[in-house]
This record gives sequence, C-alpha cells and structure tokens, in this order.
Amino acid sequence: MTARRPWYATVLMYAALAFFLAFLGFPLVWLVSASFKSSQELNSLAVNLIPAQWDFSNYASALERQNLIPAAMNSLLVAVATMIITVLLSMPMAYALARLQGRLRAAGTIWILTSQVFPSILIIIPLFLLLRSISLNDTLLGLILVYVTFTMPFTLWMLQGYVAAIPVELEEAAEMDGANRITILRRVVLPLLAPGLVATAMFTFVSAWNEFFLALVLLQSPELYTLPIALRSFLGAEGQTQLGPLAAGAVLATIPSLIIFGILQKKLTGGMLAGAVKG
Amino acid sequence: MSITAEKRAKAPHKVRQIGARTRAQRKEAIALVIPALLPIIIFSVIPLVSGVAIGFTDATLKRNAEISFNGVENYIDLAGNQRFWGSFGIGLVWSASVALLTLVCAMCLALLLNSNLRLKGLTRVLALIPWAMPPVVIAIVWRMIYNPNSGPLNGMLSWFGIPGVNWLGDFSTALPAVIVVGVWSGIPQTTVLLLAGMQAISAEQHEAAAVDGAGVFRRFWHVTLPALRPVIFAVTSLDFIWQFNSFGLIYVLTEGGPGGQTMIPPLFTYLEAFRNREIGAASAMGNVLVVAILIILSLYLINQFRQNKGVRA
Repeated sequence: MTARRPWYATVLMYAALAFFLAFLGFPLVWLVSASFKSSQELNSLAVNLIPAQWDFSNYASALERQNLIPAAMNSLLVAVATMIITVLLSMPMAYALARLQGRLRAAGTIWILTSQVFPSILIIIPLFLLLRSISLNDTLLGLILVYVTFTMPFTLWMLQGYVAAIPVELEEAAEMDGANRITILRRVVLPLLAPGLVATAMFTFVSAWNEFFLALVLLQSPELYTLPIALRSFLGAEGQTQLGPLAAGAVLATIPSLIIFGILQKKLTGGMLAGAVKG
Repeated sequence: MSITAEKRAKAPHKVRQIGARTRAQRKEAIALVIPALLPIIIFSVIPLVSGVAIGFTDATLKRNAEISFNGVENYIDLAGNQRFWGSFGIGLVWSASVALLTLVCAMCLALLLNSNLRLKGLTRVLALIPWAMPPVVIAIVWRMIYNPNSGPLNGMLSWFGIPGVNWLGDFSTALPAVIVVGVWSGIPQTTVLLLAGMQAISAEQHEAAAVDGAGVFRRFWHVTLPALRPVIFAVTSLDFIWQFNSFGLIYVLTEGGPGGQTMIPPLFTYLEAFRNREIGAASAMGNVLVVAILIILSLYLINQFRQNKGVRA
C-alpha cells in the first residue's frame, strides 16, 4: 500500500499493533517469568513480568519431579521415530501423487482432504480396539504407528508440492541418458528434494512432540507418558499444583518446537497454503 | 496458489504419466504407493469404517461379552440425550465464535503486517508463537492467566479496584474464556494464509483504486476483500470444522466444566467412550458428528464449485 495515510490512521494502526503484540506475546512472556518466580510470588496477585527474585530452583525441581525426564525421552523417541518413518513412507507416494494423473491422484487428494476434517474421536475408538487386539495398546510402538498415519496426510501434501516444483525435464534428460527409475529417483529427485524433506521432517517432529489427544487415549502406564501427558498430570487439583515447576516444565516442552518453528516459519507458509486453501 | 497449481497451469502436457499407460508403469506406480498405503489402510481407513460400524453395536469396554448389532438403538437413545445435544449446541457456539473471531483478528493483523509500519518483523515472529506452543502448554499458561487467586488477569483488574472473577470456574465466563484461548491459538495460521493471499494481490490494483480517489477503507472493501474471498471462505470453513473437532485445549483448560458449560461434542464422546466405557454409544455420537461435518463440508464444496463456475463463465 503506497497511498498516504492520515495521521490518525497511523496512530490507530500502531495502537492495534501494540494490542496484538501484547495479546499474542503475553502468555509466553508470563510463562517464562513464572518459571523463575518463587512460589510465594506466584501465589499472589502481583502482576510482575520480571520476577522480584530470580528463583532457578523451579527448573531443578521440575526435572526431579515425577517422570519429566523419562517423559521427555519418550517424547523424543516417539517424535524422532515418527519423523523418520513418516518421511520414508511418504516420499515415494508423494512422488507418485505429484507425477501421476488420473484416478489414483484424485483418490489420494480426496483422502488427504477427508482426513483433515474427520473427527479423530471417531477413529480413536476402533484404533484403540485394534491396537489392543494386537497387543500394541499402551506401547510407544503403537503410538508411533498411529502418529505416522495421522501425520501422513500433511506430509504427503507438503512433499508432493516440493516434487511438483522439480522440473520434469531433468528426469526426462536422465532417462534419455539411460538411467532407470531408481537411479533417477536417487540421483536427480532426491538431491533436489532434500530441503523439502528437511522441512517436512521437522514439521512431523513438532506434530508428534506436541500431540496430546492420541497419547492420552493410547497410553495408560505413567512410565510411558509423553511430555504433554506428563505435564497435564502435573495439574492436580488447582490448589495443590506447584506452579513454578509446572511453568518450568512447560517452558522446557516448548523450546524444541519454538526453535523448529523459528527455522521453518517461511516454508510452512507455503505448505499450509497448499494444504488448507487448495484442499 | 500453490507451486503445484502454477506448474500445472504452465505445462499441463509435460506432466509425466506414470498412470495406466503400460503394465510396467502401473507396477511402478503401485510399488511407489504401497509403503504409505499399507499403514493408511490399516490404521486409518479400516478404523474409520469399523468406527462407523461400532456405532450400531452395543460394544462396551466393561465386559468381554459378545458384541452384537443393535440397529439404531444407540441413535434412539442419543435422540433423547439432552446432555449430548447440549454439548452439540455448545460445540456450534464454540467453533463458530472461534472461527469468526479468529478471522476478524487475523484480518486486522494481516492488514497491519502488510502495511508499511515499523516493528513488523517483531510482530511477525510474535504472531507465530501460539502456533509453535504445544496445545497442552497453551492450556496450562492460560489456566495460570485465568487463575482467580494468582492470575495476572485478576491482578490487573485489582489495579482498578474491580473484584476478581473465577474465569474458568464461573458458569457465565467459562465458555467466553475458552473461546478467547481458541482465538489466540488460531490467529497465526489464519494470519499467515490471509497475508499470503494479500501479497498475491498486485500493487497496481491498489494504485489504480487510489488514483480513482478511493481511501484506505474503500480500497480494503473493493479491492482487498473481493480478492481474498476464496481464501477467507476456505480458511474459515476449515477452521470451523477443526474447532468443532478440537479436544486437547478445552480438556486441559476445564475438562468441560463448570457444569458442562464448555463440554463440546468430542470431549463428551471421549468421556462416554473411555470413562463410561460405552464405546458403542460413543461411536454413535461420533457418527452423528461425522454427518454434521459432512453437511458443513458439502456446503463448502457446493460454494467452491459455484465459485469455480463463476470464474470460468
């Protein structure tokens, strides 16, 4: 927008910007500040963004508490495994989706769209029964398999976008030179796809790291809890909750996805756009 | 527009056909698709179909007795279940409010980020924070903010001598309070999509309108808004459906309380399945939700179809 603005419009816009900055940023700032506050300060109505006294013990007691470190390890294991398996399985199908015409492509697209709108509560009930019948309920392996399936629609969509952006001419040229499909995929497509694969993998990692609902249903044993489930179990009856360690644990759980989102933010825009608008 | 669509528009004849040209190519396509298709069929398609079927049985998690089909009995029971329909109503209020308020906020924010103001970089980064935070953490932070005895919200009210409110525990404030959290966490995605839509509008259009003497608001109304209409429609209807299906945020914030004031259908269904252990009845509820969503979805698709026809004509 290049046209001149009247001064009051500028003032109004800065006021709106300030409002959004405060509204969007405040919860994270408050959480971080709470994680350094003493329990005395946390239990008062004082609105201090900077703690009166810096108390680092919350982090220590969050880590000592209950099962936070094992839960973080569980989350890490589940997220890494989900990431690797999802990307490996999605890659060939995404390639097919991007380069394919006709019925299979249409079916794939429809399935991707449908899976975005179906309530997971309907699928989780039979899934729970299915996993129980093959003794995979209440196991991390079962959770990983479910995560792989649930993240695949989005990874397929992201990846097929990246494949479609690779000029077909390059593959045709390689074919002329006598390369077979496997060689073309390995020597031509894969290197060009690498940035897209990294972005997709990171996104899958965050999805699995943050996921709550499926883990809540599928995991019963506290020693298998992922980080979100362990954090939620921190919340006892309101009065008994130790807010400091809870805040510290919440900060720790946020750091990985905050970092990845920082790296990803530009790439995600394109993926989201394809996923949500194109449908 | 995605990269895909652009490429296809430019070179439709160059898209390689692995399709059903030769037997070898068909085999190749199958080999590419199978690794992903297997888990999808086992852990997504089969459960979806059997989930629909379980809705017509008396299955429970309580006993190991034989499960038998009981026809539409679950649905007859459900028809008289006022608590379920209550949650259905709350779910509609929740998802409609969140979708619309998110749209309004995101539109304002996207306009601000698309204009020549300072602090845009910082705002852009901050605007993504809710997106990056795990839903459980979001719920935990907002519980702290809403806490009647130690939360900053009541703390700020006390500066003005206003008595505190038990935001999540009070019948009249619980639903609005969770809606605010829903909007807060939904703003980033919608903003990013609207912003991308805005940046696709050519500067010439705005300049032409400005030359014609159109002010900021008229240009928004006559240039930006019409150009964004497809994005707005798609984003809002999908957001509505996602919110209607949402679970974690409200579960951790209020568990549906107080007195069912924030009990949305997925939460109700979850409690029926895994606390009351009535999975037959719960699946029937799930089926009703699917039908509701299919109705919304078909409205969306019909609109989409009409728009496409309009463009071509």
